[in-house]
Amino acid sequence: MNFTINEHSYEAELDNRTSLLDLLRNHLGFTGTKKGCDQGACGACTVLVDGERINSCLALAVQYQGRAITTIEGVGTAGEMHALQRAFVEHDGFQCGYCTPGQICSAIGMADEIKRGVPSAVTEHVAAHNIDFSNEEIRERMSGNLCRCGAYNGIVEAVRETFAEELAS
Amino acid sequence: MRPFLYEKAADAAEAVHFFAQRAQAKYLGGGTNLVDLMRENIERPEIVIDVTGLSREIRDVDDGGLVIDAGTKNTTVASHRTVRERYPVLAQAILAGASAQIRNMATVGGNLMQRTRCYYFYDDAARCNKRERGKGCDAIEGFNRIHAILGASSHCVATHPSDMCVALAALDAIVYLEGPQGARHLRLVDLHRLPGDTPDIETELRAGELITAVEIPALPFAIRSTYRKVRDRSSYAFALVSVAAALDVDDKGNVRDVRLALGGVAHKPWRATAAEQALRGAPASEENFRRAAEAELKDAVGLAGNAFKIELAKRVIVNTLQKLAMESGAGS
Repeated sequence: MNFTINEHSYEAELDNRTSLLDLLRNHLGFTGTKKGCDQGACGACTVLVDGERINSCLALAVQYQGRAITTIEGVGTAGEMHALQRAFVEHDGFQCGYCTPGQICSAIGMADEIKRGVPSAVTEHVAAHNIDFSNEEIRERMSGNLCRCGAYNGIVEAVRETFAEELAS
Repeated sequence: MRPFLYEKAADAAEAVHFFAQRAQAKYLGGGTNLVDLMRENIERPEIVIDVTGLSREIRDVDDGGLVIDAGTKNTTVASHRTVRERYPVLAQAILAGASAQIRNMATVGGNLMQRTRCYYFYDDAARCNKRERGKGCDAIEGFNRIHAILGASSHCVATHPSDMCVALAALDAIVYLEGPQGARHLRLVDLHRLPGDTPDIETELRAGELITAVEIPALPFAIRSTYRKVRDRSSYAFALVSVAAALDVDDKGNVRDVRLALGGVAHKPWRATAAEQALRGAPASEENFRRAAEAELKDAVGLAGNAFKIELAKRVIVNTLQKLAMESGAGS
């Protein structure tokens, strides 16, 4: 099977049963993506596919051939961090760091959803053209990413600061 | 997970053809429920037919309705301009369910076909008539906070977990099917079954039938519709009770028409026909909303852990109708 990950092509011989998460971690060495619950409850495995965030643990790899997959390794590096990664450091957006790659991929996907006008459960008028980039919106939209250290306040601040200008309605 | 053969179908006919090749077959959409169930060995298909390559469009119908292809992602439906403007209850119901990541993966067809979140169904150390008919049900005397209060049986008290289906039930959606014997359609409210003594048979689908699309008939007054969900945490949790409602009040303050459906209370999305009947033609007042809610919950049965849902459901019905009545300038 052929996969496109962080703009590079990879080939892997896979059992049909392999999840996208296990492909990334066990077969291709992209261990930045984390396995938390392995059942779609925690969001630690969040990656971007064609720019949209998904849970890689619930995805069969075989369904994702030929799609543009982005993992945390494609978002930034230690030498060249993404603005959101710098903001997580600045605002204490993590303690143990295990959920962080998923939080960051998820927030990048979330910002794009807001830009595309996707409403959320807390958007006051579901047909509104402009979405208020509030803390309430961030918390609702990030509810698929759990942080057991409870660094939520720092996460919300980091996400808000990074995308505030871009998403000012 | 058991080994399986994987095929990707180009169209519905090919999908139906693949399905017939093995005794145990499953159609695969986003995988958010099926992959999990396969990992737990609850679903053990010999062949998995990926139907995400089928057409996934949302089309306007001439009379004002909408047709949504079954492979359309939940996020796409909730973001669609027409859905948001003409059927806010549907957009709100979808957005009240799951997480953004799951809504980006999950399809409309898969949402209809998702299985219960009863803990005992997932736990193969527990007895479950849904997993194995005749084995017994550990939920009835177990932890049953999320279980059914309407239409349950002594064999099964599981609930259907979908939020989207509750809105579709209220909107009188039609489900289009294609199978080995050809195409047909069902009303959404007739798709899912009550458990009776065969809780393992969850829908009226015949072997090999694939959901191809869902039609939402025109309903002008659905412009004033809403979805209210009560759950144990404010986001990313299944409903304890939910209400999908649309209300049409005339200029004398009487209910011209109403649509009402409940989630989290039964083995299927529960269309509240008794309440609707009690309301049509009656003044849109809190007193009548309460009377209608009482009529709907008349036969409700509570278990040790979920009896509170009977009164909760009544209150959420009244509150939701009150809100819609206020918005239409009526109500008291």
